Amino acid sequence: MITILRETMQSFLTFLERVGLLVRFALRLAAILPLGLLRPRPIIEQVYNTGAMSLVIIMTCGLFIGMVLGLQGYDLLTRFGSEEYLGTATAISLLRELGPVVTALLFAGRAGTALAAELGLMRATDQIAAMEIMAVDPMRRVVLPRFLGGVIAMPLLVSIFIVVALFGAQLVGVEFFGVDSGSYWSQMRSAVELSDIREGLVKGLVFGVACSLIAVYEGYNAMPTAEGVGRATTRTVVISAVVTLILDYILTALML
Amino acid sequence: MRSTRTIDISTGLFVMLGFASILFMVTQITNRGYSLKSDSYRLMAAFENIGGLKTGAPVSMAGVTIGRVEDIQYDINLYKAIVTMRISDKYRAIPNDSDASIYTAGLLGGQYIGLTPGGSDVPYKDGDQVIMANDAIVLENLISKYLFNSAATKPGESTPAPAPAAQE
Repeated sequence: MITILRETMQSFLTFLERVGLLVRFALRLAAILPLGLLRPRPIIEQVYNTGAMSLVIIMTCGLFIGMVLGLQGYDLLTRFGSEEYLGTATAISLLRELGPVVTALLFAGRAGTALAAELGLMRATDQIAAMEIMAVDPMRRVVLPRFLGGVIAMPLLVSIFIVVALFGAQLVGVEFFGVDSGSYWSQMRSAVELSDIREGLVKGLVFGVACSLIAVYEGYNAMPTAEGVGRATTRTVVISAVVTLILDYILTALML
Repeated sequence: MRSTRTIDISTGLFVMLGFASILFMVTQITNRGYSLKSDSYRLMAAFENIGGLKTGAPVSMAGVTIGRVEDIQYDINLYKAIVTMRISDKYRAIPNDSDASIYTAGLLGGQYIGLTPGGSDVPYKDGDQVIMANDAIVLENLISKYLFNSAATKPGESTPAPAPAAQE
């Protein structure tokens, strides 16, 4: 009984310690942020790595999410004889929820794991230690550009995802099922506010910060073994997904 | 490792695509203007009440969409809403005594304009005004009319009055 209690206590303390370390890591990143912005070259490379390389998967998933929204939305709305509202339903659910959340989950799976594995491998092969010996700050040279690249790429990926999904829903709703295309766009236009778009982009930015931070933190602090790198990658995806969904609830409550 | 040029080009492409998407969202799916194709002609109609008609709503004849609502303006002199419709050039031969009505698609659906053909041999020309324009049915007006009518005809009766149609 006491051992169980002690172990629970121990794992709880470990959890708190990890949170504290993450906060310290984030603060260190924030402190060297202005210095990192002076060197845009590595940031552009990371925007390429996290953003441009994720483009295909984001667009494919966006298309199919949009198509399934068109399908489900049409089926549901015809029951009330109001399939003209398909555009509204699709646009608002995409802008407020599905766009940022699905993009963040895909981002964690595609870009977050790549970041964590790369940094973890650098740690395992002593490249980070070598930098420290050469008096090069690895936080500044390696971690910060990767973090910033993810933060910049995320809102752009979210908006690309949403636009592709809107056309996916239009493909199914208008082309397959014959919802009037003027109604689809005009009902959408009359219902969507600029604040909906702002909500989507703010969520995208916050998720971008969270997912990138978790990925670089897990990779940077990975145990320098093959197993450690694997574990860091797994943890990146799991923690990113959970944090994204929790943050999503908080942000929605704040902005509703 | 790919050359820096390739990285720059694809990064540029990605960023441009991202900003194009933001621009599309801001201009195309919120209330901003968009233009219709030019191979069409215009018809005007003056309504007392257009209900919830929106620009971009379909204009139909016998249920077939033949055009769209291009513009809605309020005429301060006539106290009427002037609706401009763009009718496709395929449907040139609409009799010039056809009337326009505002209908609702389904109970909750969006509103559209329905044209009912008249008997004239002369078709509408570009910029013509539809003479007979029937207003949108506003549900609240109908309900209040029904309530006031029943209160006037049967005062002091506690049970709800039967519908006017049933009395006839």
